[in-house]
Amino acid sequence: MKRITSLVLSGVLCLGLLAGCGGGTSSAPSSNPSSGTNSAAPSENTPTELSGTVNTDGSTSMESVVKALAEAFMEANPDVTVNYSGTGSGTGIESATAGTCDIGLSSRALEDAEKSSGAVENIVALDGVAVVVNPNNGVEDLTVEQIAQIFKGEITNWSELGGADGQIAVFGREAGSGTRGAFEEIVGVKDACKYTNEYSSTGDVIGNVASNPNGIGYASLSAVNNSVKAVKVGGVAPSEATVLDGTYAIQRPFVMVTKEGAELSPAAQAFLDFSMSADAADIIAAAGAVSANG
Amino acid sequence: MKALIPGRGGKLTPKEAMEWIMKVLFLICGFIAIAFVLLITIYLVISGLPAIREVGLVDFLFGTRWASTDQTDPAYGILPFILTSIYGTAGAILIGVPLGFLMAVFLAKVAPPKVAAAIRPAVDLLAGIPSVVYGLVGMMVLLPAIRETFHLAAGDSLLAAIIVLAVMILPSIISVSETALRAVPKEYEEASLALGATELETYFRVTAPAAKSGIAAAVVLGVGRAIGEAMAILMVAGNVANMPSLFSSVKFLTTAIASEMSYAAVGSLQRNALYSIGLVLFLFIMCINIFLNVFLKRNKEG
Repeated sequence: MKRITSLVLSGVLCLGLLAGCGGGTSSAPSSNPSSGTNSAAPSENTPTELSGTVNTDGSTSMESVVKALAEAFMEANPDVTVNYSGTGSGTGIESATAGTCDIGLSSRALEDAEKSSGAVENIVALDGVAVVVNPNNGVEDLTVEQIAQIFKGEITNWSELGGADGQIAVFGREAGSGTRGAFEEIVGVKDACKYTNEYSSTGDVIGNVASNPNGIGYASLSAVNNSVKAVKVGGVAPSEATVLDGTYAIQRPFVMVTKEGAELSPAAQAFLDFSMSADAADIIAAAGAVSANG
Repeated sequence: MKALIPGRGGKLTPKEAMEWIMKVLFLICGFIAIAFVLLITIYLVISGLPAIREVGLVDFLFGTRWASTDQTDPAYGILPFILTSIYGTAGAILIGVPLGFLMAVFLAKVAPPKVAAAIRPAVDLLAGIPSVVYGLVGMMVLLPAIRETFHLAAGDSLLAAIIVLAVMILPSIISVSETALRAVPKEYEEASLALGATELETYFRVTAPAAKSGIAAAVVLGVGRAIGEAMAILMVAGNVANMPSLFSSVKFLTTAIASEMSYAAVGSLQRNALYSIGLVLFLFIMCINIFLNVFLKRNKEG
């Protein structure tokens, strides 16, 4: 008797597995027939149902923005799945041009070499890179020049900047990080930084600045929380408004990369249009960046 | 046993067939393990050699500057990583082995059975803690302590990594040397005690030398663990490619691979150089394993 029950149970389990497979395979081909009808219609008022999978790949800094956009988009189009994988801006651009993902994500403007190899830049949002110090640090305002000198190791003590005496601990991200690339390029310290420590995530930088009274680091504006203090740069405090009107100096674009000449799947095209539309501005703002098209 | 050999003309009974099938199954399982080792070795050698050839073996192994993402003047010298890994491992052994050995003597000889029974599971538990937790505790507790004690800008340093590694290798050193100490024949100790030696003299002059090769195996095992660790020291070492010194931020062979691999573009020299670092690390660990085998073999024979 026991044997029969266990046989039945395992049979049910197998059926469950098969059912799961069936669902996955049948949905994929069905995306194609519906695709021909609506090539570039905006997502909000599509009469025909979009379906399929949109794969996005790239910048880890864009995770919160892309995930928020994907969530809203999938709510409006329940048959579409938007995937995100955080591999870094360089990889994102590469996979977009190589066609291994639908939309590449880059948290820096594309280089000329990348544009000539077929990458197309769609600026979705702007993100300020905040320079953060410990909340107990007396320094409130730094110029871009001073920031460059700190990161190049020319200023090594907070007392030189009007703060309390203390050797400056310069924290940065690891080589290859989109935030590091953007910061070093904007501040003009590319490959010239003398870091005390390098961390492999934004959270590590913030955590270490929060726990070290002499720490200074940089992080995406959207990641800055109350545990650290974002300094004013040239008298301008980093905020959405100052990033958008361009007065805050250290900022970078969030780019969705597509390949020139290659046609996106309808679902991917609709997701891109949605991300670039004014309707997405609130979602992008809620995720901590500033919409470029709002 | 004869029945296990198939194809002797006659038909196999079901029992014999089952034996034969199981034998083949075991053989396949054995080969799978070997196949993985071979596969990894071959893959590492193939993907590790191009960068070494491009950079030059001497420049690669003895170059002191690592700037893999520098667009104007990239450099691929891994001497800082090699030295950091050697110093870090040596430091961990220097702290971990005396501690672990004394602990093993305590557990095997001195401690009352009840106390030993309470400590042993605790040591086993220490072995089971994931390395990321060691790193986290090091980051939260050790780094601020080092920063304040030595008045540094930041606590991330070779010293922090050494301390974390020393704690991480303790469990394996303790359990292996305890086993070795227990394996020493009781007669040796009884003879020593009968000759008038105190208990302590007996443990350190008679038991420990008799368990010498087992303890050496424990040391080599500790070296192997320390040199291969990445996650915990990624969180406490600071990860800047400096030449190693006790209070500066350093990068190990393992953490160099871990922190850059996700950014290196496929086919780029940077990625190939990371594979080459992997190859160097692999050779290091290979040597350690050969040492370990020699020690264990001598242990069995002696």
